[in-house]
Amino acid sequence: MTAMLPAAANTGVNYTALAVLIILFLLVTVMGFWASKWRQATSMESLDEWGLGGRKFGTWVTWFLLGGDLYTAYTFVAVPAAMFALGSVSGFFAVPYTIVLYPIIFIFMSRLWSVSHRHGYVTPADFVRGRYGSRGLSLAVALTGILATMPYIALQLVGIQAVLEVAGVGGSQNVIAKDLPLFIAFALLAAYTYSSGLRAPAVIAFVKDTLIYLVIIVAVIYLPSKFGGWDHIFGAAQTKMAKPNPVTGKPTGAFIPNSQQYWAYATLAFGSAMALFMYPHSITATLSSGSRNTIRRNASILPAYSFVLGLLALLGWVAIAAGTKPIGLDGKPNAQLVIPQLFEDSFPSWFAGVAFAAIAIGALVPAAIMSIAAANTFTRNVYKEWLKPDATHAEQARVGKLVSLIVKAFALVFVLTLDKQNAINFQLLGGIWILQTFPALVFSLYTRWFHRWALLAGWAVGMIYGTYTAYNVINPATKSHFGGSLAAMPIIGDLGYIALTAFVINVIIAAILTFVFNAMKVDNGVDETIRGDYFADEGDPRVEKLETPIHLQTGTQ
Amino acid sequence: MVNPEYDDVDHDTVPPANKGLLVAAGVLLALPMIALAWVGSYARVEPKLGGFPFFIWYQFLWVFLCSAATYTAYKLVLKARPHRPMLGWRDAETRRRDEESGR
Repeated sequence: MTAMLPAAANTGVNYTALAVLIILFLLVTVMGFWASKWRQATSMESLDEWGLGGRKFGTWVTWFLLGGDLYTAYTFVAVPAAMFALGSVSGFFAVPYTIVLYPIIFIFMSRLWSVSHRHGYVTPADFVRGRYGSRGLSLAVALTGILATMPYIALQLVGIQAVLEVAGVGGSQNVIAKDLPLFIAFALLAAYTYSSGLRAPAVIAFVKDTLIYLVIIVAVIYLPSKFGGWDHIFGAAQTKMAKPNPVTGKPTGAFIPNSQQYWAYATLAFGSAMALFMYPHSITATLSSGSRNTIRRNASILPAYSFVLGLLALLGWVAIAAGTKPIGLDGKPNAQLVIPQLFEDSFPSWFAGVAFAAIAIGALVPAAIMSIAAANTFTRNVYKEWLKPDATHAEQARVGKLVSLIVKAFALVFVLTLDKQNAINFQLLGGIWILQTFPALVFSLYTRWFHRWALLAGWAVGMIYGTYTAYNVINPATKSHFGGSLAAMPIIGDLGYIALTAFVINVIIAAILTFVFNAMKVDNGVDETIRGDYFADEGDPRVEKLETPIHLQTGTQ
Repeated sequence: MVNPEYDDVDHDTVPPANKGLLVAAGVLLALPMIALAWVGSYARVEPKLGGFPFFIWYQFLWVFLCSAATYTAYKLVLKARPHRPMLGWRDAETRRRDEESGR
């Protein structure tokens, strides 16, 4: 890689592509502002309106919002880049990940929808608080959600930056110009979310998906034949992956996982799938749907997304056959640029511009959704719960908007401090943290056997183990920390996704301590839910919150 | 418990369901997960299909199989446990108010 010379296409600004990109961007911006008038809100000054779109989204809007969780810079930039640079174990696991995702959410999401419908929960932390009456466990869940969202937003910023860099914005002359694309990406995102809240991404999602489908269909039909057919493409990928890496002397990557990599492949897929619907933004998207069964119906039609994701992943290998040279404006190779560069090299400038716009808007929408959801979580579960319980709706909306900015600022810090070369790692790092809330959220949807303090202890150990282990993964090329998301698993010995190892440790600790706390007869809090709540549907009334909680009067659990 | 004179359904129970159908749905949901977790069964190049290594096309195939399995499971679950409406369910405060107003 280091011996490659910058291709001619990189050296200048691609004016046509840039112009198309800017025009499409302006179009979405207008739509974003128009969005605040869509499905007329009485006032944007309330958190329900700004952050949940008034809870009126039907099947199709929900479908697009959920799609927004999958079609992100992760799909467009990070996964193909990982395929290009490191091969199938690092990239193609995204396909089984997005397949097993649906059976997993099918199982527990409708229960969460029902109980949230009955009790007006908006975030995972709301539910945990209601289930155990535990503010501490609820705070842990809320803070983890906010923390884990940051690297995921960072990944989106890397995506927008990649497009701008290939289009020729920015330069290597000085420090400010070097990161200019990144700051432009950040400013755009901040301006969007601040004004229109969740309505903006919901409206833009239609445009985004249309652009994305257009680009994907053209790319997947045209590019493979242009570069010698799939046979040739897979051959080129196999050759590249088998070639030894000059630094480590090991093969560059995996064409097909070898027997030592089975665990890595499976744990990456399952860990990611279990983690995705723990994020505040995924929960927001499902809870803003209209009925219990919307989610299950969606779970059976959403795999369409997985198929396209797989084709996009393979574009990373198409780029190998095409001989794409992803060189940044600073003259160094940067795998994250591979897809925008492939498009710029293979298509007329105007269509490259359309593709750039698809990628950039495709990163902007989810980043907006994510930061809004993280802000909602902060406002409800930290600000109102701990800092100012009597906050008015207007105050909450104001805090929410402010926090959405702060979350994005921290995302920027992640981009600037962590290794950008393997951006898929950002998402995997978020997964390590968010998966530690799985027991408190998902197990509690079925049982109150676990003790609330045992769940908190398990969470803490999982978080510490996961963060420490991830910190100690050193990138062999750059020597930086947080260099990967795989580490040797205790007992099994093979490499596995740290998130899942930490999760298993988390569950074991929680189970053991549950016995201990129960033996010591430590109070396990009061449950404000009843069994029927987990099967409620639209039309079933919401529980009225009373001074004396209902479970005391019904005298059960 | 709930005042039986007011609501004869105890909603602090799991609504009745056809266990057999639920198990069938569970099996349908488990199949794609087991198949894809078993990486050793598909980490191979041959047999190829239209230039695609087995490893790639087999996973693509599961996109459709999983979709079909999930859809079938959805239909089964709807049938297995019909929705038990909670419309008759009143919380204590509403009940007290209703009783005061002489209903």
